[in-house]
Amino acid sequence: MERRQRREIAGKVFEAVALTATVFGLVVLAMLLFDVARRGLGVLSWSFFTRYPSRFPEQAGIRSALLGTVWVMALTALFSVPVGVAAAIYLEEYAPRNRLTRFIELNINNLAGVPSIIYGLLGLELFVRGLKLERSVLAGALTLSLLILPILIAASREALRAVPMSLREAAFALGATRWQVIRHQVLPLALPGILTGMILALSRAIGETAPLITIGALTFIAFDPKGPLDKFTVLPIQIFNWVSRPQAGFHARAAGAILVLLAVLLSMNGLAIYLRYRLQRRYQW
Amino acid sequence: MEEIVLETQNLTVYYNGRPAIEGISLRIPRRRITAIIGPSGCGKSTLLRCFNRMNDLIPSARVTGRVLFEGVDLYGPDVDVVEVRRRIGMVFQKPNPFPKSIYENVAFGPRIQGIRDRRKLDEIVERCLRAAALWDEVKDKLHQNALTLSGGQQQRLCIARALATEPEVLLMDEPASALDPIATMKIEDLMRELAREYTIVIVTHNMQQAARVSDYTAFMLAGEDRVGRLIEFGPTQQIFTRPRDRRTEDYITGRFG
Ligand SMILES: Nc1ncnc2c1ncn2[C@@H]1O[C@H](COP(=O)(O)OP(=O)(O)OP(=O)(O)O)[C@@H](O)[C@H]1O
Ligand SMILES: [Mg+2]
Repeated sequence: MERRQRREIAGKVFEAVALTATVFGLVVLAMLLFDVARRGLGVLSWSFFTRYPSRFPEQAGIRSALLGTVWVMALTALFSVPVGVAAAIYLEEYAPRNRLTRFIELNINNLAGVPSIIYGLLGLELFVRGLKLERSVLAGALTLSLLILPILIAASREALRAVPMSLREAAFALGATRWQVIRHQVLPLALPGILTGMILALSRAIGETAPLITIGALTFIAFDPKGPLDKFTVLPIQIFNWVSRPQAGFHARAAGAILVLLAVLLSMNGLAIYLRYRLQRRYQW
Repeated sequence: MEEIVLETQNLTVYYNGRPAIEGISLRIPRRRITAIIGPSGCGKSTLLRCFNRMNDLIPSARVTGRVLFEGVDLYGPDVDVVEVRRRIGMVFQKPNPFPKSIYENVAFGPRIQGIRDRRKLDEIVERCLRAAALWDEVKDKLHQNALTLSGGQQQRLCIARALATEPEVLLMDEPASALDPIATMKIEDLMRELAREYTIVIVTHNMQQAARVSDYTAFMLAGEDRVGRLIEFGPTQQIFTRPRDRRTEDYITGRFG
């Protein structure tokens, strides 16, 4: 009887602790958001989006940073998604279960835990200096692609593994080749999961600052990046730059840019949820 | 004398180096229903999966001995597995329709063989659904998701899907074990119907079912060493009325297993 009471009390205490932690986390987050919104909403105007950075806070805008972010993200998706999905398909559907495969898997998992600045150093050596891409959009996108590949591969493998074995067997038993099984049965079912993983990986990349600063992305860009070989900056770097200035006017600009970045992030996540819901309904099993 | 379609010679299958079935020699006659019976774990599914090389999908499985299909060794060097599986269809224990429309389920086999013509596909779908005694129930909802069908209907859809590749042999691994008695009866009637054209090999736990539908019966048993062996093979009538082996008699009279 006494032991049971003690167990119940322990359960209640734990529940209270967990609740407090959750509430604390949410309150801090809400305060942060509120603070950013209070300071940043004022600067959000059309000209904030169309102007380049400037020495004068009132005239500074995020045009080049936003365009840079769009460029880098588009190229990052272009490079990382095909490679990531192909690697996941190879590991899940083709690779023999041997020591080499396990070694590769282990290393991919380890890579997911490497600090992003290390990827920046790698990108600096490999792309900026090695391939002589300079401080270009291309070098930045390739660096971020490396950074999110492990995440993409893990998410895609998860999605492929969720497809029931019985469906693969059914297709094989009808005389389908391995590729036909993957193409017609496995991939359509894994697609919602793969897309979600892709968007989550890209939303990781969109907030990255350290690796891009490491490869030498600039903070002051007063022109539009027009191609993969142009110099660029991205939103997080612009924010970082404005925050580190003394003038209060720039701090407000930084808050405004944070709001824009958050909006982009939230819509990406919203899209992931929507796609997941739509596709899952289509391929219910 | 019956014409033989499939024949195993001294067939042994290992999982992780340990034999699961050993020394199976068996001859399957054309356009007959052959039932494989025996207690759980004696290797019935393992044997069945040798006939269309589904064991290839299990990395730990290794096969020795021979499986002859129309006189050709299925495990020979020049054999195209895809072709084997097209000519020897399979229906699984649990209905496993693709999460697509009824139409697409049946059309999948012909499509991957390169048949694109819509009218040809329509014709195949209708013919196979009729052959699987499902047409009347689904003809108005061919483009509805197959998962909206009942379990028994799903299993008949899987049979229709298997027929669409025009196989010569149909392997069925306990096709009715997940179904209620009425759905089971429909599948059994269907099997008798299909046996006019196809060779059918069915694994079943259900002795009455084997007695009801099959022409020939193979009884398998795993001994103390847990290695499955063929104990007796013969016309179903004889196996169920005058078994030669004591163990067969014990099993069919329900004394063990
Ligand atoms: N993929 C596998 N890996 C390792 N061992 C396996 C595998 N599949 C089957 N076995 C083993 O082989 C033996 C025969 O299995 P099998 O599934 O062929 O039996 P079964 O007669 O079909 O049984 P049931 O009536 O329960 O379906 C069992 O001991 C089983 O544990
Ligand atoms: Mg079985």
